[in-house]
Amino acid sequence: MEFGSINPVLLVASLMVASTPILLAAIGELIAEKSGVLNLGVEGMMIVGAVTGFIVAVQTGSPFLGFVAAAAGAAVLAFLFAVLVLFFLSNQVATGLGLTLFGLGISALMGQGYVGIRPPASPRWDFFGLSELPVVGPILFNQHPLVYLSLILVAATWYVLRSTRMGLVLRAVGESHDAAHALGYSVHGTRIAAILFGGACAGLGGAFLSLVIVPQWTDGMTAGRGWIALAIVVFASWRPWRVLLGAYLFGGVTVLQLNLQAAGIAIPVELLSMSPYLITILVLVIISSDRNRAALNAPASLGRAFHASH
Amino acid sequence: MKKRTLLAGVAATALASMSFAGSHGDGPVKVGFVYVGPIGDGGWTYEHHQGLLAVEEAFGDKVETVYQESVPEGADAERAMTQMALQGADLIFTTSFGYMDPTINVAAKFPDVKFEHATGYKRADNVSTYSARFYEGRAVQGHIAGKMTKTNKIGYIASFPIPEVIRGINSAYLHAKKVNPDVEMNVVWVFTWFDPAKEADAAKALIDNGVDVVLQHTDSTAPQAAAAEAGVISFGQASDMAEFGPTPRVSSIIDNWAPYYIARTQAVLDGTWESVDTWDGISTGMVEIGEITEAVPADVKAEAEALRDAIGAGEYHPFTGPINKQDGSVWLADGETASDGDLAGMGFYVEGIVGDIPN
Repeated sequence: MEFGSINPVLLVASLMVASTPILLAAIGELIAEKSGVLNLGVEGMMIVGAVTGFIVAVQTGSPFLGFVAAAAGAAVLAFLFAVLVLFFLSNQVATGLGLTLFGLGISALMGQGYVGIRPPASPRWDFFGLSELPVVGPILFNQHPLVYLSLILVAATWYVLRSTRMGLVLRAVGESHDAAHALGYSVHGTRIAAILFGGACAGLGGAFLSLVIVPQWTDGMTAGRGWIALAIVVFASWRPWRVLLGAYLFGGVTVLQLNLQAAGIAIPVELLSMSPYLITILVLVIISSDRNRAALNAPASLGRAFHASH
Repeated sequence: MKKRTLLAGVAATALASMSFAGSHGDGPVKVGFVYVGPIGDGGWTYEHHQGLLAVEEAFGDKVETVYQESVPEGADAERAMTQMALQGADLIFTTSFGYMDPTINVAAKFPDVKFEHATGYKRADNVSTYSARFYEGRAVQGHIAGKMTKTNKIGYIASFPIPEVIRGINSAYLHAKKVNPDVEMNVVWVFTWFDPAKEADAAKALIDNGVDVVLQHTDSTAPQAAAAEAGVISFGQASDMAEFGPTPRVSSIIDNWAPYYIARTQAVLDGTWESVDTWDGISTGMVEIGEITEAVPADVKAEAEALRDAIGAGEYHPFTGPINKQDGSVWLADGETASDGDLAGMGFYVEGIVGDIPN
């Protein structure tokens, strides 16, 4: 097939990069929701991760420390959310929305003085010159470490949820917190851990935007990616591999449509522009079209407050 | 739905007439600004906010300013404007094309509040429009781009298919083509004013496809960073973006709104405000050309500055015939210049640009 001036190898390599922030945020949110907590603050946690990661990377000159700080910074915000919804039993939806607004505001405040600065370049991994290989080299062996980490996280999430005791407890808490509590599992402990993990992942996703993709700090730079991540979790019916599929489809079609336009392929731009949303939703709806099973897959206690006294 | 809208309208009107009963005259004039992106975008909204700061500086405690950032174009914009009007704003600047209908709608409910809509074409007794002739600056950019490109491919990150954006594409292309007959223009529509990651992806897609000059009509500095990484050149958009010089940013278009905002606020203070249509360019300084850096050869720089000065002095119009439309039909005969009416509604590419404008 002839794609004009588009290089398919570069295209696949760049779609993986473009999808990674959404994938990271979505896999974190999946864990939080599996524990029964609906955190709508993904956008806020991402942007706080983006700014903390950026500030620390610029100050220390180390992108690695930047990513660590991004995960920590967003986890701090997530902890705030955990305290509010778990101990003060505030409404999860309202608190999550508040978290997004708070995150957008505080990140703009923190980022003042960091506009227009270039962050230290993040090195890509090169496996002993394997990146020189044709086709697979640029795709598999010349990506940013976080791209590999995001894939490992998907596999690990799938394994932990499916085959470990930890995953079973997490799911039990998400399905029926009362039963899990009666069995002696710590509902709050599990949920705090899940929320913190969700925050850290969202923060990493945000920092990947500010340190690798864009790379610079701009107010509001996540521009709605947190909401896309939330939608992908639902459409993927809370399954890790489908989250990967959804994120890569969305990121992939976004990059593809920009490339098709840049190459001057004569497809109506309107169609191209809406295609990421359309195709992602369509594919995920089709693979989860068995309505009963899809509905069963939603954690039964999702969004419900838990109070140990009853 | 209809009933609710009607009731809301009645309620808003009632509230408005209450809050404005006798409130005018003494206290400071309240000036509101509605922004489409964050102040820290480093481009479009940043420059409007500089205008707000200039108003504060010029009038001190005679004015009070309010603003709201990142207001989506559409229904939410009406809410933001209504809220500002209810808070007692006397003059409201709505600074994005997509606020056009919301501005007209809200203005109809608040006849005593003056509205100023940027880059639109709908006016009312209490709604003025103002815009800058960005296409004049695009001509200078096109000239430099045509001279600087080695691959003969110029990339253009376009936001929405509205006349303002299309004028910029045509103007840049015509002037690039004039100095480099082999030049091609690759246009990517991103359908957003502000989304740094998407703007960066668009820039990368263009560069991957062989473009070595990137022009943008979006608000963030993300394409500058992408151009820097790839080693191609770019132009600052709406704001100078000087921190990306001397390369990739080799020049820029700067929107200088401050004099206009000060003049309009003064008019409200004096009670002389009336609905007008302002469209200024290089001649009045509303459009400025940022410094051309040393990455551009001296002779090209001199030509570009001469072009800028000729446009500023009114000796040269960027749309001077012969110019054909994309389909080959004649738009402007030899020596004919485009009328403002034609430019305001421009909805076609000029001859030589490949691709269709989305609807």
